[in-house]
Amino acid sequence: MSGLRANLRVVGALGMRSVRQTFRRPQLIAPIVIFPTLLLAIQTGGAGSAVELPGFPPVDSFLQFMLAGAMMQSLMLAGNSGGIALAVDIEMGFTDRLFAAPISRFTIVLGRLVGTAALGLFAALWFLAIGLVFGAPVEGGVPGALVAILLTTIGAMSIGGIGSAIALRTGQASIVQGLFPLVFVVLFLSTAFFPEQLMVEPARSIAAYNPLSFVVEGIREPIVEGVDAGDTLAALAAVAAISAFSLLLSARALRHRLRTGG
Amino acid sequence: MAAIAVEGLERAFGDVRAVQGVDLRVGEGEIYGFLGPNGAGKTTTVRMLTTLLLPTGGRAEVAGHDVVREARAVRATIGVALQEAALDPLMTGRELIRLQATLQGIPKAEGRRRADSLLERVDLAGAADRRVGGYSGGMKRRLDLAAALVHEPRVLFLDEPTTGLDPVSRRTIWDEVRALNDEGTTVFLTTQYLEEADQLADNVGIIDSGRIVAEGTPDSLKAEVGNPHIRLQLEEGSAAAAEEVCARIGPLLPPVDGKTVLVEVENGAADIPRVVRALDEAGIGVGSLELVKPTLDDVFVAKTGYHLAQDGEGAGDQAEAVSA
Repeated sequence: MSGLRANLRVVGALGMRSVRQTFRRPQLIAPIVIFPTLLLAIQTGGAGSAVELPGFPPVDSFLQFMLAGAMMQSLMLAGNSGGIALAVDIEMGFTDRLFAAPISRFTIVLGRLVGTAALGLFAALWFLAIGLVFGAPVEGGVPGALVAILLTTIGAMSIGGIGSAIALRTGQASIVQGLFPLVFVVLFLSTAFFPEQLMVEPARSIAAYNPLSFVVEGIREPIVEGVDAGDTLAALAAVAAISAFSLLLSARALRHRLRTGG
Repeated sequence: MAAIAVEGLERAFGDVRAVQGVDLRVGEGEIYGFLGPNGAGKTTTVRMLTTLLLPTGGRAEVAGHDVVREARAVRATIGVALQEAALDPLMTGRELIRLQATLQGIPKAEGRRRADSLLERVDLAGAADRRVGGYSGGMKRRLDLAAALVHEPRVLFLDEPTTGLDPVSRRTIWDEVRALNDEGTTVFLTTQYLEEADQLADNVGIIDSGRIVAEGTPDSLKAEVGNPHIRLQLEEGSAAAAEEVCARIGPLLPPVDGKTVLVEVENGAADIPRVVRALDEAGIGVGSLELVKPTLDDVFVAKTGYHLAQDGEGAGDQAEAVSA
């Protein structure tokens, strides 16, 4: 078996384990699906008339606007959950089993990220289905849905890299879990839940440069209007930048763990 | 060629020198018992030999491969079952062994066949599709052992494989280790149980404070610390007379109490009739008599000044000082 094929097989097997682990541990799946769904229900139920505010972008409904925010929240929590699960593996010594195998050790991180991406895919399908059921279909049709699904999936993987890096560096699930509130801070400083035009300074400027805003707009545009090449490319560039950053952090954290043993 | 060859191996964590210049050689097909109390450096040494931790000094080869420069080749030839079975409680036993087969690059169909066969071997076929979280301690250890064997390793590292297990589970693991060794697998076994090292190991290395303090076969190590002795439990008031008689047979050991006499004998059991006859001729009644052979604990005490606690149930995990 060629080296690449063998590595891909390992990444696939570890990714499958990661997905299975998430669905078997309710505390890992709950933040990815249940919390964002509840928040979506509360926000659309309680603040639906926000669409009538002057300056609010033209949308069919507040739910249509909020779907991208819920997907963004879900993908970020999937990344955080992936980090927690990796830290739990370190705490219970399971990563030693993986490190003692004759595989490229970075496949261990990639396997976890593939699992996180699969959860991102699940979240995208879940929220698009909610939109469809509750009257907020994807305006961009099948191509639009595919763009939203792709960005949510690879977005989860890129954020998962940050969770993995922190897990590898600290080896403690409680520390990765402690970052949970930060997810919301970063999200509220993006355009996930509010249109940039309605934000006040300095949040508005921060949101304008927040890479997550590019990702969320890349997901939102196909849902509320249709695929826009510019928005899609900007979102892909943001995901690529976050991925490069998070994978670099993960690689460094992994090297440090292997060198120092902890 | 030695299965494991270690020279001057060192590992420091900041100012703490956990392993301080360990030298050892383990022959092909040998069971090597690495004995020492908690914190002696056993696990750190194993982690270096299994490429999980980089040494800070010295060198080590496993199956002819350098653990630093040829780490991946080392990992392809070893099986590892680490302390406190590192198992995912959410996986089933079958899933774990199949994953392990994939990690070892075994084709899917062959991995499935080996998983079934190994689960059968360690008597877990009936529990193979249950989640590991519901397994008993003994079942977890057996599963861990099975996972370590999936690629038929040349050298097997077992880090305290029976710590915390009940006596029956412990015997089962011992039987499996012996069977594997009979099939030609070299076994490097760390333990804090003297009996385990004594029962299983061809050679024993005793480590204390990061240094090897004694090495050899269990018998040769025990022979180093002296002859066996006979322990006589006497009737009230006859100890002094018995001491006088026994002193003509062999050196007396320090008395334990007023009713017990300990006499060292050169020929072991062969000297018992001589002792009994001498006491009988002197008209001294004996309550009970026992031949006490030197143990690895005596070796441990002689080399370190400490006893390794021996309750065998995992509670006596610490070394205890013999005296102030």
